[in-house]
Amino acid sequence: MTAAELIAFAAFEGGVYAQAFPAFGVERRGAPVQAFVRFSDKKIRLRSQVYEPDYIIVQDSTLIGDVDVFRGMKPGSIAIINTEKPDFDGRVPEGVKVYVVDATTIALEELGVPITNTTLMGAFAAATGEIKLESLEHALRNRFSGSMADKNVSAAERAYSLIGGAA
Amino acid sequence: MLEIMEGSHAVAEIVKRCRPQVISAYPITPQTHIVEDLAQMVANCELDAEYITVESEFSALSACLGASAAGSRVYSATTSQGLILMAEVCFNAAGMRQPIVMTIANRSLGAPLSIWNDQQDSIALRDSGWLQFYAEDNQETADLHMIAYKVCEDHDILLPAFVCFDGFILTHTYEPVDLPSQEEVDAYLPAFTPYHRLDAAMPLSMGMYATPEYYMEFRYEIDRAMHRARDAFIKAGREFNEQFGRDYSSLVEGYRLDDADVALIAMGSICGTAKDAVDEMRDAGRKVGLLKIRTYRPFPGPEIADALKDVSTVAVLDKNISLGNGGAVGTEVKAALYGSDIAVYDYIIALGGRDVRKRDITAVVDLAEKGEGDMFYGLRTEVL
Repeated sequence: MTAAELIAFAAFEGGVYAQAFPAFGVERRGAPVQAFVRFSDKKIRLRSQVYEPDYIIVQDSTLIGDVDVFRGMKPGSIAIINTEKPDFDGRVPEGVKVYVVDATTIALEELGVPITNTTLMGAFAAATGEIKLESLEHALRNRFSGSMADKNVSAAERAYSLIGGAA
Repeated sequence: MLEIMEGSHAVAEIVKRCRPQVISAYPITPQTHIVEDLAQMVANCELDAEYITVESEFSALSACLGASAAGSRVYSATTSQGLILMAEVCFNAAGMRQPIVMTIANRSLGAPLSIWNDQQDSIALRDSGWLQFYAEDNQETADLHMIAYKVCEDHDILLPAFVCFDGFILTHTYEPVDLPSQEEVDAYLPAFTPYHRLDAAMPLSMGMYATPEYYMEFRYEIDRAMHRARDAFIKAGREFNEQFGRDYSSLVEGYRLDDADVALIAMGSICGTAKDAVDEMRDAGRKVGLLKIRTYRPFPGPEIADALKDVSTVAVLDKNISLGNGGAVGTEVKAALYGSDIAVYDYIIALGGRDVRKRDITAVVDLAEKGEGDMFYGLRTEVL
């Protein structure tokens, strides 16, 4: 949910309406959870969950197989997957572009903890172009302070650069 | 200025700016973030209020009732089982004519236990004498708190109010909200002037014993005040629009009802999804509109009859069920349209947090056009 909230914040900073919400009731670290984000040029009124995502971020690639993370994705949509193994074992629907990033290692090196929200935001920004790096940095500095802000910004920037090279 | 924030945080921020003098609440999902935020504001001296921690919802509302009787502006928030535990105090607060404002983060009732959204909790307190306002989004939720205090504290009204917003669907959603500044809220909402209050120098009793010679007249007076609240709400909504440019000057809100054959009726966040579904149906050439009910109490019967006089079919979306009879809104809409030749169908939908998509709204309209209604929508028959 933190990642969804930060992405919505950064997108809103960039000048569009944004909405972020969790798959309600099961927010806890360690269990499979979902959160959703919408962007629009107009005020967002729709309240249903997202069934046909343009983008997905998979924070833990071990979910792939247990959960059909690609469900509802159409050709041209983008998946960003946190994994150490670029050749992860999963059936990707045709036409879905996949970016892999080892966000856990980046987070461990930059933050000292395997919390990948901010790293994956950098990857999302680079892969989709939906949010600018400076909006992302602003969102992170709004959420964190002092050295924690710096560390999270550099984690996001590392992923942004990695994916930016690949995109 | 629009800022992106969680719905619960928007509520806490606007409540702070309404300057309650006493807050008492007991945390319960999905209301918790509101009262956590307010407790922190009081602890940080950002909000000059007495925050009374208690061991139950019953005590929370009892503390609010006492503080209100002593002449304070008070606030609480709850949901679901918490509200039901307050039930006795709710009736007393209305009967003692205390203008308490309480946020309801709407949630279903057990058993079976469910933390997810429907509107059964506030609907169950329908007859308690509290005004009931329902918000579509977090902007409307915040704004209705200011309007609620203004209406409740009006000396012609003096009744408490629920400001209802859907649990999780709004409480936990981050979206842009424009919160008025403290100065703007102060300009709209003057300090509370009690009509009467507990005062050792001028003793009086509240909530006393009423013999059969008096009881009915007390109830009559509450009912009259509830009816007067219609005009008080419209006036407060008009003043709000003049100051903030957001229009709440009606108990109902029509959406694309001009020339509509079929009208949906709903309350709360489902109205947003329904508006998008209406747009899609309109694009497909179907004459469908939506009537949003903003105030369930007082019930806008005349407004509904007026808004729907030219439609042939009405489909009511009820996120509650009066077991053994149907949805609470549908039943009252049928009464409001009694004597007309409009076909009114009721659909029990989205109980216990079941997700509602645009295609579900369209499917309800399809059913209504076929004359199929007064039913649960979306049942998983395979588990029955």
